[in-house]
Amino acid sequence: MEPATLSFYESCLRKGVSRRDFMKFSATMAAMLGLEASGAVRIAKALESKPRVPVVWLHFQECTCCSESFIRCSHPLVADLLFDSISLDYTETLMAAAGEQAETCLHSTIEKYRGHYVLLVEGSVPVDDEAYCCIGGRSAKQILEEAADGALAVVAWGNCACAGCVQAAFPNPTGAKAIRRIIKGKTVVNVQGCPPIADVMAGVIIHLLTFGTLPQLDSLGRPKTFYSRRVHDSCYRRANFDAGLFVKSFDDENARRGYCLYKVGCKGPNTYNSCGIIKWNEGVSYPIQSGHPCIGCSEEGFWDNSPFYRRIPSINAFGIEATADNIGLGIGIATVAGAAAHAVATNIRKKKQIENVDTPS
Amino acid sequence: MEERIVVDPVTRIEGHLRIEAEIENGTIKDAFSSGTMVRGLENIVLDRDPRDVWAFVGRVCGVCTSTHSLTSVRAVENALGITVPQAAELVRNIMANVLYMHDHVVHFYHLHAFDWVDVLAALKADPDAASDAAKQLSPWRNNSAGYFRSIKERITRLVESGQLGIFANGYWGHPAYRLSPEQNLIAVAHYLDALEWQKDVVKVHAVFGGKNPHPNYLVGGMPCSINLNEANAINAERLAFVRKILLDAQTFVNQVYIPDLLMVADVYKDEWASIGGGVSNYLAYGDFPDNGYSDPDSLKMPRGIILDRDLSRVYPVDAQSPDEIREFIRHSWYKYSQGDAAGLHPWDGETTLNYTGPRPPYRHLDVTDKYSWIKTPRWKDRAMEVGPLSRMLVAYAAGKEPQKTLIDNTLSRLGLSADALFSTLGRTAARGMETKLNADWALEYLDRLVATIPTDPRMANTEKWDPEQWPKQAKGVGLTEAPRGALAHFVVIENNRVKNYQLVVPTTWNASPRDPDGQRSAYEASLIGTPVHDPKQPLEMLRTIHSFDPCLACAVHLYDEKGTFVHQISTF
Repeated sequence: MEPATLSFYESCLRKGVSRRDFMKFSATMAAMLGLEASGAVRIAKALESKPRVPVVWLHFQECTCCSESFIRCSHPLVADLLFDSISLDYTETLMAAAGEQAETCLHSTIEKYRGHYVLLVEGSVPVDDEAYCCIGGRSAKQILEEAADGALAVVAWGNCACAGCVQAAFPNPTGAKAIRRIIKGKTVVNVQGCPPIADVMAGVIIHLLTFGTLPQLDSLGRPKTFYSRRVHDSCYRRANFDAGLFVKSFDDENARRGYCLYKVGCKGPNTYNSCGIIKWNEGVSYPIQSGHPCIGCSEEGFWDNSPFYRRIPSINAFGIEATADNIGLGIGIATVAGAAAHAVATNIRKKKQIENVDTPS
Repeated sequence: MEERIVVDPVTRIEGHLRIEAEIENGTIKDAFSSGTMVRGLENIVLDRDPRDVWAFVGRVCGVCTSTHSLTSVRAVENALGITVPQAAELVRNIMANVLYMHDHVVHFYHLHAFDWVDVLAALKADPDAASDAAKQLSPWRNNSAGYFRSIKERITRLVESGQLGIFANGYWGHPAYRLSPEQNLIAVAHYLDALEWQKDVVKVHAVFGGKNPHPNYLVGGMPCSINLNEANAINAERLAFVRKILLDAQTFVNQVYIPDLLMVADVYKDEWASIGGGVSNYLAYGDFPDNGYSDPDSLKMPRGIILDRDLSRVYPVDAQSPDEIREFIRHSWYKYSQGDAAGLHPWDGETTLNYTGPRPPYRHLDVTDKYSWIKTPRWKDRAMEVGPLSRMLVAYAAGKEPQKTLIDNTLSRLGLSADALFSTLGRTAARGMETKLNADWALEYLDRLVATIPTDPRMANTEKWDPEQWPKQAKGVGLTEAPRGALAHFVVIENNRVKNYQLVVPTTWNASPRDPDGQRSAYEASLIGTPVHDPKQPLEMLRTIHSFDPCLACAVHLYDEKGTFVHQISTF
């Protein structure tokens, strides 16, 4: 008979992960935590005997769209994740316990599984006055610092936790900060988007559990698996862009033909996300497919790159696409300069066409 | 003997809510509701392009996602005098129907159910008996004994692992749980069914809005064009996909949600149909226009107010009147230039953050002074409840069909009188009833959309898209019924920019602190008289609070009419 519940290690073995890879994962995690070599052994031991990886999900300044997105994941189904892969010991959205009993869940996981639990964070942390976000009488900052201290890995869900999102848009009235600005000395995996795509969220967790490594991250801490391509480059309407076929106003003849949305403000050329590849809600659609320009929600500071319906600017800058991409990454793609570099350099030779050629009807 | 208990965090809600309650002889004698997080979104949209604001305020809430975006485009369209094409209005209605179904089902199973359902008691259930009982309730496909056995085994494995995850530290075994083991098992099975179903119903939002959460909207209509001869647009395939999802949703609501709701109501009605009534006034702005949003008489959910639980009369409400809706801050962490006793209509709203509470970490708030980030709205100085119950009561009192017949039939099925509606259970039942209506209405709207397409496939009215055609100054109001209740956005546009933007949202009405006269708002009032068997296990409190479906991120925001920031980023 099969054991009632497989440990993390056992399920790794079943999925074809070798002992060697498993130890490598433990070493990576130990390094992330700043532990010595013996730490890796400790982590490996813990994971070998832990049936399901303990997970803590904190909520700060947010709208809960990340939690909502997460429960829409389809592979695996969220129920399978909760019953078979992780033990979601604390999440204000779904947990049965409230008040003191909820706090007990949080504290006992933090203490009992010190160094072994995964911390998932939804929401930004206000620093202008810590009283702008309190839970159980403690401030977001206090709770985050405590929970991050003993975490095996820290994942920031969505633009709020990754970059402060809408509440950090000008004038940022509460001093909302990304969690990596609060947590010191630890890698934070930034799973971007407002919200991130459900199966991207599940994918990051499954990657962690299945392959025993952190996914590779870009310079902004985003997993390359899902954030290494511009929406523009994976857009099924890209051929229209290349051919100079553009929507000029909503629901015009060209909109009804599904032409490119660049001229009505699409931020696809400076947005790194997998909307065009994985799509949303089990592949049903994504914003561009349903006729709306990408607003760039997986980029830091995208709110201040509005107005959303204004065409992203073109400037004469870089001539070589690869250089432009690198420069964009290096300086943080949120800035207009970086954005413009992406938008234009990739298609520098299209510029004239975009500006001068009227779309054929 | 008096005892003060604190529940913070209140879980299985959206956002950060804290309840402090005074208990005497096993009953709540007084209660204080506090929102403990603030972001300041209204300040952030100042001086931006009004056509962008739907996206910003959409992020007020990801649970009732899309409702703030809809309200925002309505407010801007109202200000600029834009009428949206019929097809766009029908799509907006369908999306709102879908939101109601998703939100209410997730609330019932994933946020509210553990108040009534003892998960661990399901381990004592006989799967064969559960199957027999389930078949009596409904023809739902997952009614076999084998299915219930597999669910029971799944919970057993979880419990035996010693890692209960989201079920850890619940109030299992509490004497206030009344369902049989089999009923508990049915409910837990449907918790899982609903979890899988909910990801499908929102695909309708992905079709029309490109994604969910946070689908896209457009001032003047919807961004998704219709073209029956184009794969890149709304076509016959997309419409058939939507129909399939809506039919499945209707089946789920009728065969799972409603039967479970009646099963729970039957068991708990003797006690909970008379607890948790709270304030006795009810407000609804109404929604689901049949003949254009500017014609309030065509709303499927009617607009109006009920006072003192008198169902013989419906009073009109005018959100624009300076004498009707006003917000107070006597007990909220803000200050007004006219002093703390003033009440301001949202047009004249002002806000300065003014935190006077204890420094975190703290044990208690000073409830005699300011104690929440939520302001206190009043209608003609009266506390109002908003939400599903208010909507159903206004419809019932107005004699509106199909609401009236549905309510009468439900009451008679449960053997209850209309008085039972004014309760915790009444609120929970009203939510279920209107979900059923939304399931029907979505298909009706889809039929009408299909009928409209051949003659008028327009999805956006862009005549006034260009700001050069806008007046120098314009004011608008957008009203909707969000799943949690009456929602209003107020916008002032000046020189093509947002001069002022304000939201008065459902949970602001319900969860607010006391007003300057000491009157309690809905949460606080509804808790008075609630029994508490064990102050260390606030199960009964959660029942009543959850019956409102709290949404705190919505409730807390701030205003600043004098915002003067100039966009730093100007690329042209």
